[in-house]
Amino acid sequence: MKTDDLIAMLANGVTAVDTHTARKRFQTALLLGGLGAMALVLTGYGLRHDLAQAALLPMFWAKFAFPLATAVLAVLLTARLAHPGMSSGKLWIMLPLPWIAIAAIAAWVLGNAAPAERIPLVLGQTWLSCAFSITYVSTPILIGMLWAAKGLAPTRPALTGACAGLASAASGAMVYALHCPELQAPFLAVWYTLGMLIPTVVGALVGSKLLRW
Amino acid sequence: MERNQTQSDGVQRMQAEEDRLRTLMLRGLTGDARAYQECLQGMGAHLRAFFKRRLASLPSEVEDLVQETLLALHNQRHTYQCDQPLTAWVHAIARYKLVDLFRARGRRDSLNDPLDDDLQVFASSDHDACDARRDLGRLLEQLPDHQRLPIVHMKLEGLSVIETAQATGMSESAVKVGVHRGLKALAALIGMKT
Repeated sequence: MKTDDLIAMLANGVTAVDTHTARKRFQTALLLGGLGAMALVLTGYGLRHDLAQAALLPMFWAKFAFPLATAVLAVLLTARLAHPGMSSGKLWIMLPLPWIAIAAIAAWVLGNAAPAERIPLVLGQTWLSCAFSITYVSTPILIGMLWAAKGLAPTRPALTGACAGLASAASGAMVYALHCPELQAPFLAVWYTLGMLIPTVVGALVGSKLLRW
Repeated sequence: MERNQTQSDGVQRMQAEEDRLRTLMLRGLTGDARAYQECLQGMGAHLRAFFKRRLASLPSEVEDLVQETLLALHNQRHTYQCDQPLTAWVHAIARYKLVDLFRARGRRDSLNDPLDDDLQVFASSDHDACDARRDLGRLLEQLPDHQRLPIVHMKLEGLSVIETAQATGMSESAVKVGVHRGLKALAALIGMKT
């Protein structure tokens, strides 16, 4: 087939294109993935019993703000990376800011604590399971995010997969926080971060294969 | 002075070409087939010049890569953001396909070419199409009927959706899906051959 014939074929009977495909796909991914994550928390963990009282504490909301800010940035990054030729420089600079904020609070808390209290502040009661729980809970969102990116055209598949992984992990961490009893910044800065990094690595590995086109 | 003058002429020419193709592309995205065809032709000529410069040692690959990239541009046209320079979008896809080819050829050294910041994909054009080595028509024959027939009737013979549905006994939505998925499958077949 000659190139001119290919062009004629592609143009022949071409129909209008939905320019909101990306937004719809990511909305679907986050909504259905989020419901899936909620189902995993409710069936596997249950909500924390003192949710109503905990909601009065500022730290409870800081615990949402850290993954929320990370999730928003990571979703935007995934969407930009899935569009050929879109720049995302400013988002990269902002991405570490939520972690820096929680790490600064953590450092301040640890600095004010008696030496004997520091290790318990970091380990909490659930340090062994936290990162794996966040990974588990975020799985439905990761599947959704990778599906959303797969329908677009990421020119850097591994990096896009990593951002999709981070976005799903940060969103999953917010859902898991409804169960998680920990409220100390040092715990969050270490174990929530680790819990977000595992799906990021998984997303990069899967993405480098799955997101090629 | 003279050199600066030439450079700024070049910049102006590229901007004019960007504006022309972008207008055609936006009309194409609303379903204007004639504008879309003209846009693809313009982009094809630029891609040919762009790839010829970068595939000096693999000249026989140029036309195949032009076709593969045109098919990719078409299949991914929903990822073009209307407020984005068309140059940036086309360049990113052309570069992706070029790197893919280098990778398939095991030519990692070629990845060191300064491809990253070179957004001059519309800087020159080349209408001198050689024959592609790989025949897309042959690849098309490998598609299953529910994808091949809608493409043959609608895209090659120019029948409407309704006429294609009647000719094949498929539903209208199945015809549309068949064209869409078939062209994606065609792109995937190309990927397996290289």
